[in-house]
Amino acid sequence: MQQVPVIELTDVSKIYPLASGDVIALDHLSIRIDHGEFVAIMGPSGSGKSTLLNQIGGLDVPTSGTLKITGKNIRKMSDIKLTNLRLNAIGYIFQKFNLIPLLSAYENVEYPYILKHRCNDTTGRVSKLLADVGIDRKMAKHKPAELSGGQQQRVAIARALVNDPAILLCDEPTGNLDTKTGAQIMEMLATLHNQGRTVIIVTHDPLIGAQAERIIRIKDGKVENT
Amino acid sequence: MKMDIILQLSIRSIRLHFLRSVLAALGIVIGVVAISSMGMMGANMTMSVTEQLSAMANVLVVKADTGGGGGGFMGPDGSSSSKKSSSSASTKDYLTKANFDDIKRAVGTAGTVYPLYQDSDKIVVGDSTGRATIYGMRDDDMPTVLTVDEGALPNTASSIIVGPSFASRQGVTIGSRITIGDATQNETVSKFRVVGILQSKGMSMDLNSDNAIIMTEKAFVGQFGGDEEYNQVNVILKNIDDANKTKTAITDQLNRKTNVVTIQDSSRMMESITSTVSTLTTFVMAIAGISLVVAATSIFNVMMMSVTERIREIGILRSIGTQKSEVRKMFLYEAIILGVVGAGIGAIMSLILGWLVVLIMVGSTKYFFTFQSLVYVPIAMFIGMAICIFSGVYPAWKAADLDPIEALRAD
Repeated sequence: MQQVPVIELTDVSKIYPLASGDVIALDHLSIRIDHGEFVAIMGPSGSGKSTLLNQIGGLDVPTSGTLKITGKNIRKMSDIKLTNLRLNAIGYIFQKFNLIPLLSAYENVEYPYILKHRCNDTTGRVSKLLADVGIDRKMAKHKPAELSGGQQQRVAIARALVNDPAILLCDEPTGNLDTKTGAQIMEMLATLHNQGRTVIIVTHDPLIGAQAERIIRIKDGKVENT
Repeated sequence: MKMDIILQLSIRSIRLHFLRSVLAALGIVIGVVAISSMGMMGANMTMSVTEQLSAMANVLVVKADTGGGGGGFMGPDGSSSSKKSSSSASTKDYLTKANFDDIKRAVGTAGTVYPLYQDSDKIVVGDSTGRATIYGMRDDDMPTVLTVDEGALPNTASSIIVGPSFASRQGVTIGSRITIGDATQNETVSKFRVVGILQSKGMSMDLNSDNAIIMTEKAFVGQFGGDEEYNQVNVILKNIDDANKTKTAITDQLNRKTNVVTIQDSSRMMESITSTVSTLTTFVMAIAGISLVVAATSIFNVMMMSVTERIREIGILRSIGTQKSEVRKMFLYEAIILGVVGAGIGAIMSLILGWLVVLIMVGSTKYFFTFQSLVYVPIAMFIGMAICIFSGVYPAWKAADLDPIEALRAD
């Protein structure tokens, strides 16, 4: 029996209606990503890769076509269900880290856990994840502004993993980091993939893309080659 | 379990923008203090006035109905008093003994009824000449109605008692002699001896004794004539709540065919005065309420600034699985915290400032710690908090409805 794909896009289009004329960001796109894959989505600026990431991440819904995440069609999902999907099935890692400035590193990681479980973490999962990404207890008490870019991205990875998501979505995760730190982060993502996680990374850096198992190239909202 | 994480975020946001939050809460403090202290001042003023007036509020003054014009006060010289007709009762300007008996019957055991003669005449005290109000009372009524401060009540046709204001103004003491009557008007001129000075009574509808001369019925009739032609009959009620019932009983008894009597009800006057004070209080409170409108604008501004500054943060929260309702809650919590803190501090300050305002404006804090006075504190707190929450609703809605993708793009 064929395994249900983690992500399945069938004939997906995304059109932004503007006064100056409709902008077709995704044009009848069909992609399938299976569980445990490490996929890089690449393409030039304006090719539609960020739009694609937003659709996969449940931040936006396609104008037409079918987009299934873990077997569920998200096109007709309510905002509440889409938000729950983001909370439970997707771990987001952003280029600009996007940690909550009001919370400490520890609290940033614990925040999605509390949203999901409606209680604080008493299992030690948050501390373990932070230790796994190389953030010690002392550092975990600091606010994001007091951490370096690399440290912030490590915290962001721990946060993305706290609810054990099916998909890890990374939007230019090394874009704001120096080469050495970027390499460390990529190493960490590779380890997560080796542990069996589905990792999707959006990048325009061929060196980063080369580390993935499969590259999906997007141009003008269409899949150029897989 | 620790505090709600959304509430924690709200508290931290307030802490991060502490000065701005304090200024917003200060608006609420000022509004709550203004509304509650004005309300308390009004309540204390009303209670104080009510107390002062209630001493005279249990009095009904029954006078002859002179036909509705209200003009033409005539001295009871008896010139036209001999013609009595039940159908023409409204032409008289005095009440008869029969009227008095009818009133007494109507009142029954509800209160004390006494008739009163009244006139105004020329007086001579030593070398000074002037005019004074003169009352005539039955001997039996005097101990019930009058309170003597010095001396005794008059019991002869040549003795009188005077009010304290009259005594001090005219320099009259016990034993002084006062000449009453104007010879140039062909009036009887008689000399009276002051045998007593009354206790101060204050303003009253039935008998303004403080500034008057009071003599016996016999002396009054001897001086002015008009035996048993009373200018008014006063009813002192045992219970103020019987005013309307007694009034109806008197009217039913006397005004069957024509209007023989008119009744002045002092409780009406009290109601009208307290109602005026209440209206003034509401007006002043409405002016004080403007400060709350200013506070609302300030809170709205702070909340909108908070939303604008935190657009990116809202985007992050939404992208990692925070529901719209939770984002809304976060901003509403902020508004509620500002409201609760502002209203709480306002309430404490209201008690201090309200007490001072009442002391200065009313002159007494006797009623400050009563329910009617202190109820304005929770009322003002409630209004302050409601305004705060109301000001926070739109910004909270705006924050929750932000598109997460757009919000994440914000710098």
